[in-house]
Amino acid sequence: MKTDAIVIKEVDNVATALRDIQPGEEATVGMGETVKRVRIQGAIPYGHKFAVYDIVRGEDVLKYGEVIGRATENIPIGTHAHIQNIESLRGRGDLTSGGH
Amino acid sequence: MGFKGYRRPDGRVGTRNDVGILSTVVCANEVADAISSQVRGTACFMHQQGCCQTPVDIRRVNDTLSGLGRNPNLAAVLLVSLGCESTAVEEVARRIGDTGKRVETVVIQETGGAARSIAEGVLAAQGMVQEASRWERVSCGIDELVLGLKCGSSDTTSGLAPNPALGIASDRVVEGGGTSILGEVTEFIGAEHLLARHAENPKIGQQILDLVKRMEERAKSVGADIRGGQPTGGNIKGGLTTIEEKSLGAIAKAGTAPVRAVYEYGVAPSVKGLVVMDSPGREPEILTGLAAAGCNVIAFTTGRGAPQGFPFVPVVKITGNRRTWEKLRDHMDLDVSAVMEGAETLPEAGHRIFQEILEVASGKLTKAEISGYTKAMDIYMVGPVI
Repeated sequence: MKTDAIVIKEVDNVATALRDIQPGEEATVGMGETVKRVRIQGAIPYGHKFAVYDIVRGEDVLKYGEVIGRATENIPIGTHAHIQNIESLRGRGDLTSGGH
Repeated sequence: MGFKGYRRPDGRVGTRNDVGILSTVVCANEVADAISSQVRGTACFMHQQGCCQTPVDIRRVNDTLSGLGRNPNLAAVLLVSLGCESTAVEEVARRIGDTGKRVETVVIQETGGAARSIAEGVLAAQGMVQEASRWERVSCGIDELVLGLKCGSSDTTSGLAPNPALGIASDRVVEGGGTSILGEVTEFIGAEHLLARHAENPKIGQQILDLVKRMEERAKSVGADIRGGQPTGGNIKGGLTTIEEKSLGAIAKAGTAPVRAVYEYGVAPSVKGLVVMDSPGREPEILTGLAAAGCNVIAFTTGRGAPQGFPFVPVVKITGNRRTWEKLRDHMDLDVSAVMEGAETLPEAGHRIFQEILEVASGKLTKAEISGYTKAMDIYMVGPVI
């Protein structure tokens, strides 16, 4: 079925919008073979991400099953997840050794 | 499950049965092109190198031309040489001949100019094509596939649909005992520690990190920082938040298989499974590198629509952008934009890519082969032209 957003790997805690989604909409999110419904809290532009679980401040943000950054504040489910609440981990000494 | 290919004397399997017309130096390109244009069944490889270069780069030209000539997609090879170039033409001919295939050389300065060399080359190539036409396809397993991975002219859709779907197809190739080669080291930047984590052991992980560092140093040596301003303003507007996210979208096409080895540019892998090869992201150089490494098929994802293929290795073009699929039909082979619309799952799209790879390996022509959009190729150089 057609969905409004996609989760790349099932462990991911963010989805990517496949169309502009309006506040208050219940978005359908494709997660592999299953579909989850998420109430959207703010406008999500096409190609942008939103939380599909409550993400707490300091928690890793996962896409592609990998860490793409860290939450700088709580990101409740359905909320826009972008540069205002995610920071890059690039350049952190404990992550550039490649052995963790 | 498998495909039908040409089993060569050295045991490797070709998916095409072309006679290669390889120019050994930039100065011989015109003659090589003229010979190839007059003989059906040939594929011409031209480039800008082979003379007035540092020994490091001349060695690379020798290695790359040898690798191209050894590629199992070529049944026989005609080398077209000027005569005074730095390329070690006899060595290249010997290394290609070691595979058991027929190799001949036309030397323009010895034959006496372009016109005579073209005539002599056409006669030689005709004989080779006739001989090659006797080869028949036989049943081959997935383990005989050597898949090259490439993405180019990327956009928002690339990391969401075609790249992860190709990753699923690449995993299928690796599970079947085949080989998958990931290049484009420039696009590891920001995700190299994650790719290194997929290495089979810490030593290979360190090799991946070293490769990325070397690529960064190369850029810095001319006073540029390729990592500055990443992700770009346009990326952020499009929804990409961090450099990790951007690079992950690019390396998603390598799937989840462990990286089993790291190779220099154009070197044929001696192990099966997923391997990394040093190469830049630009099309002429990486496609040549993948072909020299022995790839018998290449899968190429694109967002905005990169047009080129390679002279004798089929390049399957996959897009997740519906507009590109509709506007660039003469260059695109597979449309996975249904994933972007939520109408198809990634595993379904990955399965279609895998099936397309097998069909193309068995002889189905790609758009780039049909259109012949394969002429502007080159070899990846590290030093200056002197």
